[in-house]
Amino acid sequence: MSERSMLLELRDVDVHIGESHILHGLSFGVREGGITGLLGRNGVGKTTTLRGILGLVPRTGSVLLADVELTRLSVHDVVLRGVGYVPEDREVFAGLTVEENLRLAERAGSTLRYDLVYELFPELKTRGAQRAGTLSGGQQQMVSLARALLNTDNRILLIDEPTKGLSPLVVRNVIDALKRAAEVATILLVEQNLSVAHQLVHDVVVLDQGRVAYAGDVHALMDDPALARTHLGLAAAGGH
Amino acid sequence: MGTLALLLITGLGLGALYFLIAAGLSLIWGLMRVLNLAHGAFFTVASFAAWSATQALPQLSPTLHWWISLAVGALVGGLFAMATEVLLIRPLYVRHVGQVLVTVGLALASIALVQGIYGNDPKQLVLPDWMTGTVAVAGANVPNSRFVAIAVALTVLALLLYFLKRTRYGLIVRAGVENRSMVQALGIDVQRAFTLVFAIGGVAAGLAGVLAGAYYGSIDPVRGSSMLIFAFIVVVIGGLGSVTGSAIAAVLVGMLQQFLNYYGAPGVGDFAVVLLLAAVLLIRPGGLAGKTA
Repeated sequence: MSERSMLLELRDVDVHIGESHILHGLSFGVREGGITGLLGRNGVGKTTTLRGILGLVPRTGSVLLADVELTRLSVHDVVLRGVGYVPEDREVFAGLTVEENLRLAERAGSTLRYDLVYELFPELKTRGAQRAGTLSGGQQQMVSLARALLNTDNRILLIDEPTKGLSPLVVRNVIDALKRAAEVATILLVEQNLSVAHQLVHDVVVLDQGRVAYAGDVHALMDDPALARTHLGLAAAGGH
Repeated sequence: MGTLALLLITGLGLGALYFLIAAGLSLIWGLMRVLNLAHGAFFTVASFAAWSATQALPQLSPTLHWWISLAVGALVGGLFAMATEVLLIRPLYVRHVGQVLVTVGLALASIALVQGIYGNDPKQLVLPDWMTGTVAVAGANVPNSRFVAIAVALTVLALLLYFLKRTRYGLIVRAGVENRSMVQALGIDVQRAFTLVFAIGGVAAGLAGVLAGAYYGSIDPVRGSSMLIFAFIVVVIGGLGSVTGSAIAAVLVGMLQQFLNYYGAPGVGDFAVVLLLAAVLLIRPGGLAGKTA
């Protein structure tokens, strides 16, 4: 374990949606730099955790970004503190062009990384005038990632299942893009594909029923058959 | 031929009034999911404010009165709408029943207030000769007020499309109509866009209030409410959130009403509009545009 400082901390976070109690006193930290994985089975609260950090769902407890309390801020103010978001289903604006989707993500006062965005996703430059709703799933994921990467003042990127539903070739591109993205921002990554997670993350937080079941080094988890079986349901740790 | 031309241009004029009311309603619903039943109150209050302003300045020429009426109507409509959004709608964004109740209450209270101050009798706006005159078109004498209503509506349509397509706030509104929470998740204060959209809707409704005074020859406290019903139909037929769709639907509804009320029994046109609404909902539930802006 390195001595990197905590960038994001959740303390005793609870989320209720309707009658359901989704997150139960959730507490964990994300160290600055690199990619931290947020893993767990379906329905354990991974997406809700990301949405709770942003304030897209009502939450109690404390969410600190570089020691600044976020829970009292509106969603857009949380984002302006340096939080980028790539939602689970990409959520590109289908009726807007690719170029308009990116322009919408531009923030006043922030230096923009169009050079990096177009280096990672050259297709976005050639398809700038195309409506985002007509793009393939992989291309839409590029738009979604590009929006989060565009502003240099994004200190942490919350990325939710970026490889979901994509072909193996596109998954490879997304992995490469995430590696590059991790050079410029800290990433909290929700990922169901354990092979992808194993390639990218160093720290891992595993959720179970809205609580932290495991937090620590990814290799310690994946390489220990008993731990992997307990927390991830893997039959054999080496099978990821 | 003359009757046809008269009905055609009068129908377009009526469609222009519907569009001016419906454009704001459509954007407000599309972006904010607020069913603004107080929109007719913006129309009514603006028209009476315009009448009051011209009464306070009797020494001015009728032409100046007309321009002042339009300016006051637009200003009062916009300010009233902004105040409504900030003071009444904003605290109730996630409470849809509360929104309906508060906008119905505001509409009723506004009409009662106008009736209390001005009485129930219609009031005539001061109009210049060129507004009350007619132009011969294909043998028909068409009132100039119809052409003015159409010209103002076309100007508002052009300005709205420019705003939506060419400005950053327009981009925010178009994106917000699709996915409001994602706009916020990009660090954009969507609340400001809400207030702006309400203000734009209020300005357009205020203009409609004054133009309707010229179109019908007078203003009265309840016209806003009756026109609001058809404006809602226009919004649904055009496609919620679509300004272009509202423009097309407004022309359809205005023409249908004019032609069928003239050639059929009185009221047939109004009934046909409701049938058209039902047909659109059955065949194309997303409205004619089926997409935003």
